Amino acid sequence: MTGRAMLDDFFTRALVAGIGFAVVAGPLGCFIIWRRMAYFGDTIAHSALLGVAFALLLEIDVIAGVFVMSVVIAMALLVLQRLGTLSSDTILGILSHSALALGIVIISLMTWVRVDLKAYLLGDILTVSRADIAVIYAGGAVVLALLAAIWRPLLAATASFDLARTEGMHPERVRLVFMLLIAAVIAITMKVMGILLITALLIIPAATARRFCSSPEQMALWSAAVGAAAVGLGLFGSLRFDTPSGPSIVAGAMLIFIVSLVLSLAVSRVAARTFNSRG
Amino acid sequence: MEQPVTAVTADAAAEPEGARALAHARHIGVFRGGRWLVRHVDITVRRGEIVTVIGPNGSGKSTSAKALLGLIDVDEGAATIAKGVRVGYVPQSISIDWTLPLTVARLLTLTARHSKAEIAATLAQVGLPDMADAPVQTLSGGEFQRALLARAIIRKPDLLVLDEPVQGVDFTGQIALYKLIRDIRDRLNCGVLLISHDLHIVMAETDTVVCLNGHVCCSGTPKLVAEDPEYRRLFGPAASEALAVYRHDHDHTHAHDGSVVALQGGAHHDHDGAGDA
Repeated sequence: MTGRAMLDDFFTRALVAGIGFAVVAGPLGCFIIWRRMAYFGDTIAHSALLGVAFALLLEIDVIAGVFVMSVVIAMALLVLQRLGTLSSDTILGILSHSALALGIVIISLMTWVRVDLKAYLLGDILTVSRADIAVIYAGGAVVLALLAAIWRPLLAATASFDLARTEGMHPERVRLVFMLLIAAVIAITMKVMGILLITALLIIPAATARRFCSSPEQMALWSAAVGAAAVGLGLFGSLRFDTPSGPSIVAGAMLIFIVSLVLSLAVSRVAARTFNSRG
Repeated sequence: MEQPVTAVTADAAAEPEGARALAHARHIGVFRGGRWLVRHVDITVRRGEIVTVIGPNGSGKSTSAKALLGLIDVDEGAATIAKGVRVGYVPQSISIDWTLPLTVARLLTLTARHSKAEIAATLAQVGLPDMADAPVQTLSGGEFQRALLARAIIRKPDLLVLDEPVQGVDFTGQIALYKLIRDIRDRLNCGVLLISHDLHIVMAETDTVVCLNGHVCCSGTPKLVAEDPEYRRLFGPAASEALAVYRHDHDHTHAHDGSVVALQGGAHHDHDGAGDA
C-alpha cells in the first residue's frame, strides 16, 4: 500500500516536471526548426556534459556550470562563423562532438567523484525532487517571459535577417538572447531528458504541430501541447513496460509525429480526390 | 522631368551634396575572401529621385546596395543613410522555411502593425488582391516578389531599395511593375534605388544610371551612360545602341490595364511590337 503511494508520488513529480519542460520546449523548439538550428540545439546539449565536468571540477552548481559552458560554446560558434572559412554545419560538428567527448574524458579522469554518466546522458526524470520542479517552473517562466518579449523581432529576424535589420529590429541582439534562452533551458531541464535526447522534445513536437497550424503563435501553443502529450504517453509507457523514461518520452513524441503525419497525408489525399471528382 | 546629372564623384566638393541625400555611399569598397567585391563605388539617392544600378552578374550590385543599407560592413569609404530616413527594402530573394506558418498579411506585419484595410489596399496595389490569408509558401516566385514589395511600401518609406524586382517577370509584368514604382515614388516622394542586371533597359523615369562592374564604370543620365565610351568598351557597341528606356505613352491609354508603355529604341526587343528606334 505504502509502496504504491510512493510510486504515485514519484510518478506525479516526473509528470509535472516533464510537462513543465514540454511547455517551455514547445515555443522555443518552433524557433529552432524555423531557423534551421536543430544541430545547434544538439551541440549546446552535448556541451552540457562538459559543463557538468567543469562544475564538478570547480565544485560549483551544476546548472550554473552547464549554462556557462553552453554560452561559451555558443560564443565559440559565433566567432568561428565570423572567421568564415568553415561552414556552420562543420563548425557545429566539431564543437558538438569535441564537447561531448571532452566532457566524458574529464569526468572519467575525476576518479575521486562518483558520477552516474548514464543519468546525465539519458536523463532520470523519475528521480526529480520538489526542488528540481521548482527550478524547472521558475526558470521556465523566465525563459518564456523573455521569449515573449523578443517575439516580434525574433520572428522578423527568422523570416529575414536583412529585412529585420533594415527595419530596425536588431536581429543580432535577439539572436544572442535566443541562444542564451536555449542554453538556459538545457541547463534547467537536462535532468529530465538527458543530454543526448533533450533536443528531441524541442524538435519533434514543433514538427508535429506544423501541419495543423496557420500562424506562428498557434504553432507555439500546439507544440507545447504535443510535447506534454508525449511526456504523458512516454511516462505511462515507461511505467507499464519498465523502460527508461527519457527514451520512452522521445518514443512517445515519435509515435504522435507518425500518427499525425499519416493522418495529414490521408486527409490531403481525400481532399485531392474530392477536387478530382469535381473535375 | 529635367534632372541634372547627379554628382556621383567622390571629390570633396560632392560632400555637402551627399549630406543632403537620403543615402550616400562615398567611395565604398568591400573586401572579402582575398579580393575586392566592389571598390570605389559612389551612389547617392535623393528624395524623389530614381537611381538605377546596372551591371553584369557578379559586378557587385547587390553588394553595393547591402553596403549602402549597412547590411554588410565596408572596408573602405563610408555608407550613410540620413537620420530618420525610413527604408523599404525588397531583397533579391529571401528563404522562409516551410515549417514557419506565415500568411501574406503576417509577412506584411512582421515588424510593425498595420490595419486590415491598409494591408488589403497595399496588396491590391501590387496585384495580389484577396491574397492576405494565403500562406507565403504557396506563392509563386513572382507573387512572392510582389508580396515583398507590398511589405516595403506599406511602411511608407523615404527610401525604397529594390534588388532586381523584375527578374523572372514577363515583359508586360515589367512595365506594370515600373509603372507601380513610379506611382509609389510620385505618391510618397521617396527616393528609389533600383538594381537591375538588365544592361539595356532602364526605367524611363530613371534620373541616374550607375553602371557597375566591380567599380563604377560610368554614371549619369540614361542617355549619357549609353554614350559613355567605357560602357561601350565593356558591353560592346550593340549594348549602347540598345540602351533603351521605357516611357509611359499618354497617347495610348486604351489597354486593358488602362495604360500602354512603349519601348523606345529597343532594337532586339521589337518582338514585343513596341520597338521604335
